[in-house]
Amino acid sequence: MSEWIEACSADEIDEEDVIRFDHGNRTFAVYRSPDNEYFATDGLCTHERVHLADGLVMDDIIECPKHNGRFNYKTGAARGAPACVNLSTYPVRVEAGKVYLQIG
Amino acid sequence: MTAVDAGMVIVGAGECGARAALALREGGYQGRVTLVGGEPHPPYERPPLSKDAMTGDDQPSPRVIASFEQLADLRIAFLAGSPVTAIDREARSVVLADGRSLSYERLLLATGSSPRRLAIAPASPRIAYLRTFDDALALREQMTPGRRVTIVGGGFIGLELAASARRRGAEVTLIEAQERILKRGVPEAVTEIVHKLHAGNGVEVVLGIAIVSVEADNARVRIALADGRAIEADSTVIGIGAIPETGLAAAAGLAVDNGVAVDARLRSSDPDILAAGDCCSFPLAVYGGRRVRLEAWRNAQEQGLLAARNMLGAGENYASVPWFWSDQYEMSLHIAGLADEGVTTVRRDLGNGAFVLFHLADDGRLVAASGIGPGNSVAREVRLAEMLIARRAMPDRARLALSDYRLKSLLAA
Ligand SMILES: Cc1cc2nc3c(=O)[nH]c(=O)nc-3n(C[C@H](O)[C@H](O)[C@H](O)COP(=O)(O)OP(=O)(O)OC[C@H]3O[C@@H](n4cnc5c(N)ncnc54)[C@H](O)[C@@H]3O)c2cc1C
Ligand code: FES
Repeated sequence: MSEWIEACSADEIDEEDVIRFDHGNRTFAVYRSPDNEYFATDGLCTHERVHLADGLVMDDIIECPKHNGRFNYKTGAARGAPACVNLSTYPVRVEAGKVYLQIG
Repeated sequence: MTAVDAGMVIVGAGECGARAALALREGGYQGRVTLVGGEPHPPYERPPLSKDAMTGDDQPSPRVIASFEQLADLRIAFLAGSPVTAIDREARSVVLADGRSLSYERLLLATGSSPRRLAIAPASPRIAYLRTFDDALALREQMTPGRRVTIVGGGFIGLELAASARRRGAEVTLIEAQERILKRGVPEAVTEIVHKLHAGNGVEVVLGIAIVSVEADNARVRIALADGRAIEADSTVIGIGAIPETGLAAAAGLAVDNGVAVDARLRSSDPDILAAGDCCSFPLAVYGGRRVRLEAWRNAQEQGLLAARNMLGAGENYASVPWFWSDQYEMSLHIAGLADEGVTTVRRDLGNGAFVLFHLADDGRLVAASGIGPGNSVAREVRLAEMLIARRAMPDRARLALSDYRLKSLLAA
């Protein structure tokens, strides 16, 4: 069963930035794009399992802090070496100033 | 023997050569691509060799960049374990150790570098160097709990190995001939932290004393120092730097200058032969064409990608800023640019002991940034600094020290 989980307030994330969200024993990265949309992916890089929330958001790209692997955080697609395995993405909804993730 | 038509030929299947081969296909090239490797393994990443490959519980396997199957699927002919022994520029071909000859349309030398040998050290199974996965496997066996290891050289590989050896419970003495570790390319404030980190983790660090002799029998290695001391251990690893693999290029009459000398497009003195990665020296545009050779993973990767584009005729110049990282214990160090280009330094503290030094030229231009801190705490600032360096930015020096002065906002400007 997939459920909607409250992750944070919408204003906790700066524009074109990312924060880490832990839930149970899982970790996610929640993004706010430059045009003010919210997205969510797995929290750990698929190269060496590093927290992506320490990385840099540029347009629709999250760049891993460890070795600069790149992903499109809207689709999860790996976009640059050494990242070659895609990230899972999760539906996001913003309601009354809160960001919710649907995690399966 | 007649040469086999091998199309685009890449010598060396490390980070650089492998990335170049993949990029030729990504760039849409349909012709033949041949990747010739000196090692038996599929192309793999070297940085874990001094880190996770040493400390993990399980028998490590190489972190592969592209498997045999993936290369075959991409129609990249991968000749593993068959070193190139000569380049025949007239015939436009390379000769392999088994006598085969491959003719090339364009040739990329991505032969990397190999450990500098310590001349006074004898050959012994107890004295090791680290470059390849096979080296790492052998070394791992030496670093078991309770064993004594001496590490010669306080550069990145020596220090990472010291950290890994401590993690595995070996006793470590590290000997550095200079008066401080990481003397090359790392500012003193950062070195100091690294030194304390190792001392705090029980590494005995011996500085500023030359080694006068190294002796090994089948049980011990004995290193005699200039101050009369002798250090005994079960084994020794030597990490005193690397030298570029330029033998093929030199024998073929290509210009060599601390590496195969290439121009900004990575062309050697023969325009149909390119060189990239650890084996080449090249002009660094961001510092007015200063010729450098880097031993850095991302550089190898990016030059591999650029070499592939230029083999296909793109004619692009290399414009990246050097970037390097190292992991030791729970700390990571990130450096963008070459710190010796700076004359003054501004320090920004990021909390938890993490800090970044911004290095500025005398005209106020940001030329480098070096940071150290737990985990990836300095990664973002150093990466943003790297982008500012590429733009030749002149940030406000007083505000640079303040953590709320957002580097990202400068990029938008
Ligand atoms: C233990 C270790 C740890 C490292 N850690 C870091 C780090 O933390 N951060 C970082 O930025 N960098 C690190 N580096 C550096 C980084 O790995 C190198 O910069 C990078 O591997 C260079 O890639 P390359 O392809 O140019 O050369 P290499 O990786 O050296 O590959 C060259 C390949 O060419 C082959 N070859 C040579 N001659 C021939 C021939 N005649 N015919 C066929 N094949 C040939 C060699 O066998 C080798 O496989 C580390 C290096 C080592 C050894
Ligand atoms: S851990 Fe993310 S790119 Fe290596």
